[in-house]
Amino acid sequence: MATITLKDLVKAYGDTEVLHHVAADIQDGEFLVIVGPSGCGKSTLLRMIAGLETVTSGEVSIGDRMVNKLEPADRDIAMVFQNYALYPHMSVRENMAYGLKIRKIDKGEINRRVEEAADILELRPYLDRKPRQLSGGQRQRVAMGRAIVRDPQVFLFDEPLSNLDAKLRVQMRLEIRKLQQKLGVTSIYVTHDQVEAMTLGDRLMVLNGGYVEQLGTPIELYDRPATVFVAGFIGSPAMNLITVEASENQLKLPNGAYLEGGNDLGKVTLGIRPEHLVSDGIGPIRVTVQLFEQLGANTLLHGVLEGTDCDIVASLPGHVSASAGTVMCFSVQAQNLHIFDIQTGKRIGA
Amino acid sequence: MLKRVHFPASALPYLLVAPQILITVIFFIWPASQAVYQSFLIEDAFGLSSEFVWFENYQVLWDDDQYFDTFWRTIVFSACVAVLSMGAALILAAFADRVVRGATAYRTLLIWPYAVAPVLAGALWVFMFNPTLGIFPYMLDMVGIDWNHYLNGTQAMMLVIIAAAWKQIAYNFLFYLAAMQSIPRSVIEAAAIDGAGPMRRFKDFIFPLISPTTFFLLVINAVYAFFDTFGIIHAVTQGGPANSTTILVYKVFNDGFIGLDLGGSAAQSVILMFLVITMTVVQFRYVERKVEY
Ligand SMILES: Nc1ncnc2c1ncn2[C@@H]1O[C@H](COP(=O)(O)OP(=O)(O)OP(=O)(O)O)[C@@H](O)[C@H]1O
Ligand SMILES: [Mg+2]
Repeated sequence: MATITLKDLVKAYGDTEVLHHVAADIQDGEFLVIVGPSGCGKSTLLRMIAGLETVTSGEVSIGDRMVNKLEPADRDIAMVFQNYALYPHMSVRENMAYGLKIRKIDKGEINRRVEEAADILELRPYLDRKPRQLSGGQRQRVAMGRAIVRDPQVFLFDEPLSNLDAKLRVQMRLEIRKLQQKLGVTSIYVTHDQVEAMTLGDRLMVLNGGYVEQLGTPIELYDRPATVFVAGFIGSPAMNLITVEASENQLKLPNGAYLEGGNDLGKVTLGIRPEHLVSDGIGPIRVTVQLFEQLGANTLLHGVLEGTDCDIVASLPGHVSASAGTVMCFSVQAQNLHIFDIQTGKRIGA
Repeated sequence: MLKRVHFPASALPYLLVAPQILITVIFFIWPASQAVYQSFLIEDAFGLSSEFVWFENYQVLWDDDQYFDTFWRTIVFSACVAVLSMGAALILAAFADRVVRGATAYRTLLIWPYAVAPVLAGALWVFMFNPTLGIFPYMLDMVGIDWNHYLNGTQAMMLVIIAAAWKQIAYNFLFYLAAMQSIPRSVIEAAAIDGAGPMRRFKDFIFPLISPTTFFLLVINAVYAFFDTFGIIHAVTQGGPANSTTILVYKVFNDGFIGLDLGGSAAQSVILMFLVITMTVVQFRYVERKVEY
């Protein structure tokens, strides 16, 4: 078990810098999720921590060792790959035992640890099969098993669930979380799925284009997104982002209505989460209905601000329906308004 | 269930395959059948008449100790060529798989020898190892080795093995490199994280995972050493000294065209034909069955 410290980390391929000055302190036993859209540099960052990519500048430390120059083998880490990377010519047992065998741990101990891991992951019946004789979910568990038998200081996961079907993904997500809490091993988990990120992480690092947009607990990110990007990325359905005119304590919507809040700022981006729009029949946010999506427990309304082409999504409790073209009125509590600088995308105010 | 589609009979399909059939018949089937026929004949000493003798030519070969020596020599030669050229190719491919800068130049240079004609390849080695003029005998002399493959049969054998193996390295290299590059990167990376160093990764992962290629190349190299090395041997040693580098194909040529024992030579070539057929069958069987590791 160990802390991980990233100091001013930069990665460049030739002249193109793909990660810009990433910094983070990861606590002992913490579960950090790195999340962001495809190509933002998540895997690159993880692979630098693993030692599979060189560090262009900056420092990676595990425990209190600076590991920049250490081989992956010497970093005391285990990694689970997206395609599992199981050894195709070895049985499940050999796959899990390999890392221990290399470290010259004695046979009895290896067997004990492999079988213990197999019990935790319910892999007992498959120990003598080859990877190609397993289902996707079982392979995924073998990859996990290979990581846990090693009893490393750090677990690294690179989108380990993205090849599984939706149901299995939810199930494995819980299992990974439980396992990590039980073992208490510091973990870094890469995903592009924000739901996975929110449910798994003690903290989330949102990456975009090689920059860290925000680092914080899921609740912090949800309640106080630091940038427009995080606001739009975290939460499902995504936050409504509207360009408004902010004058003395008033926000002027594109349809001419006013909301209370803001300062004398000129044009800003206003963010309102769909679930914070309250349908009260009198509110200032008048939305022309286009269609409803019935999700059972709640209903998603898709529409536009009356008289504009500004899209609005609202999440309403229970079953709601109305014909297309009707106008519904919504209001929002002032604490649920998020205001961002229109140029920099940075959050303004509390 | 298979659907059967019936086309109206027409000459077109036959016309379309005719050129290929023609080539096969003229250049393969006809000469092969001629060889089989020839192997049943014995000519008189002046080549004026011949007599049909059924299997007498084969009987003579069966009783000929020299033929068995040649057989054995061919097997040793082939094994050495295959092991040497595959071993060298494997090492080179392992390095090529790791280089990042200049990879293309490196690969191109390694592929070149394959484009050299066998006789030229032989000539090259003849010059380099010429006992009076060559650079290698000169250098060997400095470490106290007296090189003369015109007199020393073992040295002559070593020379043709080296020349033949060198020629085949490029081919093996290409297949090995392709095989190595088809191993998923992440498997090797996982091994690295598990603690395996480069040598260990090669032994535990790369080598087992390319074993299908190794088998394929083993057959290909055996066929090559058996049949395609004629040019090299002809250029380097002409089978000598004292038949010490005469392998089966060379003996066919020697007995037939130098010794003018056409029947015996034909019988040998028929035996060789069956050998190559066997190897090809093994090869196809294996390729179809797709290896399981
Ligand atoms: N070897 C390389 N040479 C040049 N650019 C690279 C190389 N590897 C990755 N990149 C670039 O670095 C950026 C980050 O890649 P990375 O694989 O980390 O993305 P990612 O966030 O993991 O995306 P995904 O979610 O699709 O896996 C990408 O823009 C990619 O094009
Ligand atoms: Mg990735």
